[in-house]
Formats: sequence, structure tokens, C-alpha cells
Amino acid sequence: MNTPAVIASDVMTGHPTEVRQERGQRAVFCGLTSIIWLHRKIQDAFFLVVGSRTCAHLLQSAAGVMIFSEPRFGTAVLGERDLAGMADCNAELDRVIDEVLARRPNIRSLFLVGSCPSEVIKLDLDNAAQRLQARHQGSLRVVAFSGSGIETTFSQGEDACLEQLIPHLPEGDQKTPKLLIAGTLSDVVEDQFRRLFAALGIESVDFFPGRQSDALPAIDRQTRVLLAQPYLGATARALQKRGATLLTAPFPLGVEGSTAWFTAAAKAFSVSAEKLSEVLLAPQTRARRAVANVAQPLIGKRVTFLPDSQLEIPLARFLQQECGMTPLEVGTPFYDAMLMQPEVAQLSETTELVEGQDLDPALERVRQARPDLTVCGLGIANPLEAEGLRTKWSIELLFTPIQGFDQAADLAELFVRPLRREQRLEVGEWS
Amino acid sequence: MELTLWTYEGPPHFGAIRVAASMEGVHLMLHSPQGDTYADLLFTMIERDGKRPPVTYSTFQARDLGGSTAELVTDTLKRAVEHHQPSVLLVADSCTAELIQDQPGTLALGADLGVPVIPLEMAAYSRKENWGASETFFQLTRGLLAASVPSASASRQPIGDRPPSVNILGPTKLGFRCRDDVIELEKLLNSVGVDVNVVAPLGASPRDLLELPHADANVCLYPEVAAMTCRWLERNFKQPTITTTPIGVAATRDFLAELSEKLGIELPETSWQDSHLPWYSRSVDSTYLTGKRVFIFGDATHAVAAARVANSELGFEVVGLGTYSREQARELRAAATELGLQPLITDNYLEVEAAVTALRPELVLGTQMERHIAKRLGIACAVISTPAHVQDYPARYSPQVGFEGANVLFDTLVHPLMMGLEEHLLGMFREDFEFNDGAAPSHLGEGGVVAERADVNGVDHSEDAGTPAWASCAEKELKKIPFFVRGKARRNTEQFAVAQGIATIDVETLYEAKAHFSR
Repeated sequence: MNTPAVIASDVMTGHPTEVRQERGQRAVFCGLTSIIWLHRKIQDAFFLVVGSRTCAHLLQSAAGVMIFSEPRFGTAVLGERDLAGMADCNAELDRVIDEVLARRPNIRSLFLVGSCPSEVIKLDLDNAAQRLQARHQGSLRVVAFSGSGIETTFSQGEDACLEQLIPHLPEGDQKTPKLLIAGTLSDVVEDQFRRLFAALGIESVDFFPGRQSDALPAIDRQTRVLLAQPYLGATARALQKRGATLLTAPFPLGVEGSTAWFTAAAKAFSVSAEKLSEVLLAPQTRARRAVANVAQPLIGKRVTFLPDSQLEIPLARFLQQECGMTPLEVGTPFYDAMLMQPEVAQLSETTELVEGQDLDPALERVRQARPDLTVCGLGIANPLEAEGLRTKWSIELLFTPIQGFDQAADLAELFVRPLRREQRLEVGEWS
Repeated sequence: MELTLWTYEGPPHFGAIRVAASMEGVHLMLHSPQGDTYADLLFTMIERDGKRPPVTYSTFQARDLGGSTAELVTDTLKRAVEHHQPSVLLVADSCTAELIQDQPGTLALGADLGVPVIPLEMAAYSRKENWGASETFFQLTRGLLAASVPSASASRQPIGDRPPSVNILGPTKLGFRCRDDVIELEKLLNSVGVDVNVVAPLGASPRDLLELPHADANVCLYPEVAAMTCRWLERNFKQPTITTTPIGVAATRDFLAELSEKLGIELPETSWQDSHLPWYSRSVDSTYLTGKRVFIFGDATHAVAAARVANSELGFEVVGLGTYSREQARELRAAATELGLQPLITDNYLEVEAAVTALRPELVLGTQMERHIAKRLGIACAVISTPAHVQDYPARYSPQVGFEGANVLFDTLVHPLMMGLEEHLLGMFREDFEFNDGAAPSHLGEGGVVAERADVNGVDHSEDAGTPAWASCAEKELKKIPFFVRGKARRNTEQFAVAQGIATIDVETLYEAKAHFSR
């Protein structure tokens, strides 16, 4: 069998990595929410949630705030007949899917997405996907994954989706190493990264997921995986099982994160240190200049992260390392040591890491500490603002191109904006 | 299973959250998995609430399901009461919790929490948001007042010399313009010498609900939320229910007439001049509004009210009327029948879209969903009902009820349309290069409503067998007809040609058909 391999980056020092675990009420989205960006990324895919009215309401509430055109996702809402076993689930799914395909004949992949109710009643969507695959062979790829809140949080939905796609990736027969970038990136970032890899001489790069359903990269022992997003633990492990090698590195947020990320790729592809510095010099220089221009108001400010998107630890590292902020408490829905080690190694020892959530006590700590900025979910931001605390709603960080050198200043700017707004407004009372 | 792209209503437990969030001192323990807290953001983002709704979610996970989720419920209940110290605790299941049958209501009643507990049964797989709000408000009212119901033979105290008073029932958080409707209705009632006893659920505490029986009547402002409670109060406390929704000038006058009748007192006269709408509508400038084809869809209360205003106060022609509220479908059916229309009762967005596409109205009055539909079809649109977006929770005072509400409605319904003279000029000089069909009304600026008009009629132009062919000159002539009636003209002409046995439609056929149908 293939042995999972990890190539560690060389920044492993520092933080004692004590992660306190909390249990209780969580104010975090479920994995279904990932569909909001996945359906935009994979342009010929349709995501069909098999769930309840709550699932449909969640998706339009989380997404409807932002999108105005008809989505490429929908919900097959379970009714009493489905729950009582009176309706033949397979027949019902076939009918609903025919409706979807009639409306969207150009769909090339269909994702059946499990939800809390479908998991609890043990609806076998894997089986349904296989059956549907046989029925639509040649015209449609059908894949099932779970985005249920009892198993996944927020961005973990993408992890579950990509993990389930991995068995569909063809077996490669590469003689030389090939790079695979895993995790949804905006198109503009993907294009920038492609240009930088080409300049480094790494020509053979696949992005996963791709923009079209047929863009499935081949996997073999020559595959080197670099994660573009910090929430893809299951995907990374599944790729390792297919023989791929995981390159661990900090995530490409900020100048330092991006540098370390490209360095990890360069090492794995034996790019010389000279070549690496030569290629990165221009983007690094302009990015440092741009961040310095923007981040001034953040210097010396204190920031707390409430758990939300799983981006919390890399973002805290960026704010500390490049913007002069002090992260007080960094909450994250779950902590995956394999992916986070290179990140936490760079965090200050005084930063408290919390995995999971117990909402009311966590809010009490925010009220006590009164950080200059709290990064939190949409449901909590306005209540904290109303208490005179500045916030940054974290979902925006998932819907904005923030990775890479040329987005580093944009990323800093997202945190600066609430503070600048406070300076600017002469109405109402702040704290 | 039912395919849903957008949903008009959330699940019933979301209705329970709306009632709890509207009130003071009420807390809800919702047995639910992670993710159901999305509900918070509707309050804090769409209505810009400065507080989280008063809900504690039990947040069970897959690993809890093997063991005892009941223990998690009991623990969550205790912590919720300790932390929030509510006057009343509501306890409910979300859709997933309903499947695992922990009976959190029963657990709460047996947990010695030191606070009144009202368990709710939310029926997640058969009911929806408004039913959930209605049921929650009813259970809360009944739970608090059941002990003080007088004997069936007791009669109400006559009003006598004291000023009469009413309760305003139904307004909630995330309802349509509830904040301003309450203010406007209080103003209206005070102007005729009627006091407001309690407004609920919005702004009420459990203590306020105990005061409900002191009013002489109940105004059932939004039957979606309050009808069940009003019926119960009428039965048990002999309080008559005022059922007219005072939206529009005529309905406001009817409301006052019903108030006078049910209270058995004379009320001061009102005048048509109390609202600007009657004169604005009669002024010659509004002539162009005559017979504008309007499609209306929303909750039953707002859809029925909008239909009456559109039809008899603005002179539009209502060509479609529907609602997603099955519980209030009867009222809407009656209104549709009166207008000679087939009512559309559905919660399926796709059916509404099909209806709008087929009817080709010039204006759509609806919810956020109809805004999507109208945008896609390039039709002017105004939002008159929930579900609504953040921009429909405006900063300015904009009630729907009463005389000021009628002013707001006049503006809301007229603003999206092209103004009269502009429309005439368009009709005359159809081929002007910058001032044409594809242009948005000039007061709406660039990129207004008319973004993607190309496909507006949604008609399949493929050559069906039996459909007469169009000569190119006739096609060209057809393009000179305004876009909003072009589809209808095409259909009528084809129908006429088939009836006359004409195989190819030319310009003559087009005008023959026009004359034939202009009756």
C-alpha cells in the first residue's frame, strides 16, 4: 500500500500548540454553506441538497444576501411521505433530478448533498448516486457527499465534496512530479498562481476543483499536493491514500504565507533558491509595499477570532506577522494538527487557541477583553457592533480573492475598513 | 420530495424564533444540530437587529446521536435559563431533532427549571414559518391566559364612558414594515379616540400578554400570525376581532367602519383628503396608469390588499393574483374571484415564474423572489410582502397601513413604471437609437429595471406544426409594438391566422388581428 508522506516545511518552532476544546452552543454554519462558492467555481455543476425546508432556507439566507441570479443549487425537500417510507425515495429522486435537468440541460455534474435529516433517516445517497450514474452514463457525473451539520461545519462541506470526487480522478502514469493545488480559489488568483508556477519552471499544475466538470486531474505517486485552503484535511488524506505526497506549508495568505507556500512547491520541484528569489522578488516587493500602505491602522491593535470558516489560524498569523496586530483568542471550529502545525508555529505564545465553541461564554470573553476587532459570523457581527465593538464578518473572507501576493493588501484592507469607518463616521455613538 | 430553488417561508421553528425575537423576556431553547443558527443572521443582517435573537441552540452532532442527546437537552435548558433568565421559556425541536424524538418539551417540564415552560410542536415536515409563528403566539397566549378565562356565561363589561381600547395583534420581527405599521395604526386609532391596550408579539412581554383581555376588541393586523390567537380570545374572552386589514384608502375607511360597528360606538368622520392617494390618482398625470397589467404575489394579507389598491385606487388591471400562504388561501381565492381571476396558490417559485412569463405583466408586485423573476424577465417590480431583502427594511418611515400607508403604496407602485409622456414618446418614435424599448425609465438611471430584455416574452418561436409562418415584413412591424404587449400581439395574431386558415402572416394579417381583438 501507499504510505502517506508528509514533507514538512522548515518553520517548525515556537508555539506550544495547546488547543483548548470547548463544547456547547455553536454559532457556525453547516457544510451545506460551501455550496455557495462551489456552485460558482464549477460552472457546469448542480448541487442538489436532499434535506428539509430548513436546508433550503439556510442556503438562501446565507447566499440570498449576496446573489441575485438563479442559483445552480436547489433542495429536494423531504415531506412526511418520504419520512414515513410511503414514497419510493429512488423514484422521487429520479423525478426531481429530471426536473433539474429539464431546467438546466447543460449540467455535467450533479452533486447529491446529504443533510442532517437525510443522515438521521439514513438515506443512502451514495447508493442513489451510483444508480443515477448508471442511468445518466456518459452525460452526467453523479457524486454524493454530506454537508450535514451533524458531521461538517461550514467550509468542511468543500472538504467532503472534494474527498468524494477523489475516487473519480483518473489514475496517472507520470514519470516526473506533477503539482496539484487543492481548494477553491477565485479565478483571478488561480491565473496569477499559474503564471508564477510557470515562471518557476513548474509547468504541470492542476487546480482542484477545476472550473469545468471534465477538468479532473490524474493522480499517481508523482502527484505533489499543495493545499490552497486550510480546511481540506480529509481531501489531503484521501489524496495521500491514492499515492500523492502532501507538501505542508503555511497557507498562501499574506506575503510571508505566500512566500512559504511557493517555497514548499519550489523545493518539491527542485527549483533552485536563486530562481525562487528571482521569480518572487517583484511580487513580494510590491505586495510588502502595498500591505505597508494599507495596514498602518492595524498596528498595535488587538483581534479576536470566533470560530467560523476554518481560516482563523492562518489569518491570525497574517495579522500578527504582517500587520502588527495581537491575536488574543483564535477560535476555530476544529483543529487539524497535520495542516495547522506550520501556521501555529508562528503564532505568538500568548495567543489562546480554542477548538469548538460555547457561544455565550465566548461572547462574555469578548465583552471582557474588548478587542479592537472581532472576526465573527454574520449572525453575531451586528450585535457586537451594537455593543460598541468593531467587527469583521468572516464570510466576506471566503467570497473575496485574498490569497497570494497581489491580494495581500486587499486582505489587510478588509480588516482595516471597519476601523477606518469608525474614524470617519460622525454619527451615533461608538464605544 | 419537492424541488425548491427559493423558498417563500422558512421552517416552522423559524416562525417560533420570530415570535420569541419580537418579544421581551421570552427565550427559546431549540433542539437542533449545528448550522441552524443561520436563523440569527436574518434578524441581525436583514433587519439589522442589534441583538441576537433570544435562542439557545442545543447543537447536537453525529457523535451525540449514539449516546444520550436527552442529557444534552437538559444541560442546555439549564444553562439557557441560568444565562438568560427569561420570564417564559419556549422549547421546540428543529426539523432534525423532530426525527430523533427526544421530546425536549417534556424534558423541560420535568426539569424543575424555575421558569414557566411552554412546549411547542412544530411539525417541521408538514408546516412552515407563518404557521410556526401563529402556533407559537397562540400557545404562548393560551399558556399565559388559560387560567384566567372567565366562565362561559360571563359577559363583557360595556365600554361606557371610558375610552375604548383595542389590542393590535400580529406584528413581528421580519414581518413586512411592521415597525412602521404599528406606529401608523396607533396614530389612526388615537385620531378617532381609541386607545391601544397591547401590541403583540412585537415589543410585548409575557406580562403584557396577561393584559390582553382588558381591551374591547382585537385588531387582527396580520392574520398569518394572529388569526388563531384572535379566534381563541374571541371565544374565551368575548373580544370581537377586527378583520379588515387597513391597507389602502378604501380599506382603511372600511377598517374604521368595522371598528365602529364591533365596538358599538360612533367614530369621528374621516375625509378622502386624509391621504394624498385619491387626488394623486385622479390627477390627469395618472391617466397613463389606466389598465396597466399587474401581477401580484405575496403573503395573502399583502397580496389581497395590493390587488384592491392596484385595481380600484390606481386603476391598474390585475392580471394575476396569488399567495404562498395556504392557511389564508380562502381570502385570496375570494379576492381573485371578484377580479375574475384564477387564483395562484403555491409555494413553488417555479410555478410563479411560469405564471409571470405567461401573463407578461407590465408590473410585478411581489416578494424578493418575484424581484428575481421580474429582473430575469425585464419587468418592473415593487416588493410588497415578505420574504424581503435588507433594502425593504428602509430607514425612512414607510408604513403600509392607514392613510400614510396609502401614500407610501402610491409611490411604491408607481415609481418603477415609465412615466406617461415618456411612454407616449416611446410609442411614437420606436426606432430612436437611444430612447427605445430597451431603455430603462429615465428616472431610474442607467441599468435600471430593463437589463435583460431580449428574452422577455419567453415565447418559443420554433416552427411548431400548425403555427402559421411570419413574413419578414410582419415580423418587422411586430417589433414596433411595445415590448410588453408584443408577446400578446404575437399570440393573438397567430390564433387569428389559424382561425382564418392563413398560412403566412403578413402586415395585413397583423392589423386584421388587431382590429379583431380590439373589443
